[in-house]
Amino acid sequence: MDTLIEITKVISFTLGGSILEVSYLIASVLFIIGLKMLSHPDTARRGNLWAALGMSLAILATILFHRMDGEPIGNIGLIVLAIALGTLIGWLIAVKVKMTAMPQLVSFFNGMGGAAAALISLIEFQHLARLGEPVNMGSGFMLAILLGLMIGSVSFAGSMVAFGKLDGRVGDIRNPVMRYINIAFMVVLTAFVVFLMTRGSVEAGAMLPYLYLFFAIALIYGVSFVMPIGGADMPVVISLLNSFTGVAAAMGGFLYSNQAMLTGGILVGSAGTILTVLMCKAMNRSLLNVIVGAFGGGPSAAGQEDGTIREISVSDLAVLMAYSRKVVVVPGYGLAVAQAQHLCHEMDKILEEKGVEVKYAIHPVAGRMPGHMNVLLAEADVPYEKLVESDDANPDMPNTDVVIVIGANDVVNPAAEDDPGSPIYGMPIVKARDARNIVVMKRGMGKGYAAIENSLFFHDKTRMLFGDAKGSLQKIVNELKAL
Amino acid sequence: MDSVLEFFYVHREAIFIVVLSIFLGIEVISHVPAILHTPLMSGANAIHGVVIIGAIIVMGHAHDTLSIILGFLAVVLGTLNVVGGFVVTDRMLEMFKKKTKK
Repeated sequence: MDTLIEITKVISFTLGGSILEVSYLIASVLFIIGLKMLSHPDTARRGNLWAALGMSLAILATILFHRMDGEPIGNIGLIVLAIALGTLIGWLIAVKVKMTAMPQLVSFFNGMGGAAAALISLIEFQHLARLGEPVNMGSGFMLAILLGLMIGSVSFAGSMVAFGKLDGRVGDIRNPVMRYINIAFMVVLTAFVVFLMTRGSVEAGAMLPYLYLFFAIALIYGVSFVMPIGGADMPVVISLLNSFTGVAAAMGGFLYSNQAMLTGGILVGSAGTILTVLMCKAMNRSLLNVIVGAFGGGPSAAGQEDGTIREISVSDLAVLMAYSRKVVVVPGYGLAVAQAQHLCHEMDKILEEKGVEVKYAIHPVAGRMPGHMNVLLAEADVPYEKLVESDDANPDMPNTDVVIVIGANDVVNPAAEDDPGSPIYGMPIVKARDARNIVVMKRGMGKGYAAIENSLFFHDKTRMLFGDAKGSLQKIVNELKAL
Repeated sequence: MDSVLEFFYVHREAIFIVVLSIFLGIEVISHVPAILHTPLMSGANAIHGVVIIGAIIVMGHAHDTLSIILGFLAVVLGTLNVVGGFVVTDRMLEMFKKKTKK
C-alpha cells in the first residue's frame, strides 16, 4: 500500500511538472510571437495581447504546479493578495497617466521589474545565510545571485532617476568628473563579484555584510550612471535599462532553472540591446558615447550666436500659411507638453480645406522616446499618411513654402550638419532650413533639451512666434477660421 | 580552464537557451519601423516582468517574516511591471489601430 502511495506521488509529481514545463514552453513561444508581431504596425496590438496571455499562463502554472524539492508553493493567500494589489495599482497608473508622460511610465515599470529581480537575489542569499552551512561561493548559482542583484539594482535606481528626469523632478549633473566616477564604480562592482566568488566554501552568513555593501554600491551606481545623461539621450538610456532588467530576470531563470524566465529575460535583453543600438543609429551616435556621456563635454565651436530674432504676428502667420501650397509641421516635445496635438490637427484640417498640403516631418527621436511623437499625433487622429519620417521629408524641403516648427529645437538645429564642435554634430536632422519660410513656435529663447544654441532661430528666413504652443495654435486656428 | 569547462558542462542547457535567445531577440527586432520603437520598448518592458515567476517561487517557499515581507514586495513590484507594461503598450497601440481603420 505504501509503495502504491509512493508511486502515485511520483506520477502526480511528474504530471504537474510536465504541465508546468509545457506551460513555460507555450509562454516562451508566445513571448517570441508577441515580440515579432509587435514589430509590425498591423499586428502590434494582438502581439501585445499574445505576450500578455503567455505571461498569465506562466504565472498561473507556477502557482499551481511549481514544486521545489517536492514542496508546492506556499503562502498562496499572500501571493494572490500581492498580485491583486500589483494589478490594481499598475492598471490604475497605466490607464490614468497622460500619453505625454508615457516615457517616464515605461521607465517606472522597468524599475519595478529591476527591483523585483534584486529582491529575489537578496532573499535567496539570506536564505542561504540562515541555513548556516558552508556554501560554495564560486558556483554558477552564486554568480546568478550576484549578477541578478547587481543588474537589478542598477536598473531599478537608474530607472527611478530616469523617471525623475523625464518628469522634470531631477536635474542633470553634467560634470566630466562623473565619467571617472562611473568607471570607478564599474571597477569596484566587478572587483566585488570577483572577491565574493573567490571566497571558496564559507558560511553565507559571514558574507552578508559584503553583500549588503555590494547592493548599496550597485544602487548608487545606478543613480550616478543616469545622472550625467540627458537631452535626446534619455530614450537610449531607458531602452538600455530595459534590456538590463531583462538580463536580471534571466539571472532569476538561471537560479531556478526556469526556462520561461530565461527565454523571456534574455529575449528582452538582446532585443532591448538591438533597439538601443537602433536608437543610437537614428542619432548617429555610438552607444559608448551615450553611456560615457560626451554630451555637454567640449564647448561648441560656434559659441554664442549673434544675430537678430525676428518675430511674426499670429495673423501674418495665418495668412502666410493659408496662401501656401505646402506646409510642413515639425513637432517637438514642446507640442506634447502643451497638449497641443489636437489643436495642431485642427489647424492642419482647416489648411487642407483651403487646399494647402500639410505634412508632419517626424524626427526619429522627436519627443522623449523614438516614435513618441507618432503615438501622440495618433492620439489626435492625425492620419498615418501625413506622418513622414525626416529622411523622406528632407528631399522635399526646398519645395515647401512654410516649415512650422512647434516646440522642437535640437532636431532642426543646423549645427548637426555644420559645426563639428557641436555635441549633436552628425545627428540626422529635419532640414527645416531648406524651406522657403521658417516659423518657429517656442515658449521663449531658452535652449533646447540638449542645451545648445540653435542658429536656425537667427536665420534670415526664420520668424519666431513666442508663446505656449497651445495658446498660439488656438489663436492661429481662430485666425484661419476668420480668413 | 577546467572550472570554466565544468561550468559550461553543468549549465549547458541554460547556456544553449541563452545563446539561441540572444540571436532570436536580435532577429525578431531588427526590422522594426521607427514608429513602433516606443510600443515595442514598452512591450519588451512588460515581457521582462516574467521576473514575477521568480518572485512567486521565492515567496512560495519563504518561511520567516523578513523573507515573506520582501517576497510580498517582490511579487507586488513584479506584477506592477507586468500589468502596467502590458496595459500601457495596449493604450499606445490602441491609437494606432483607430487611425488605420479610418
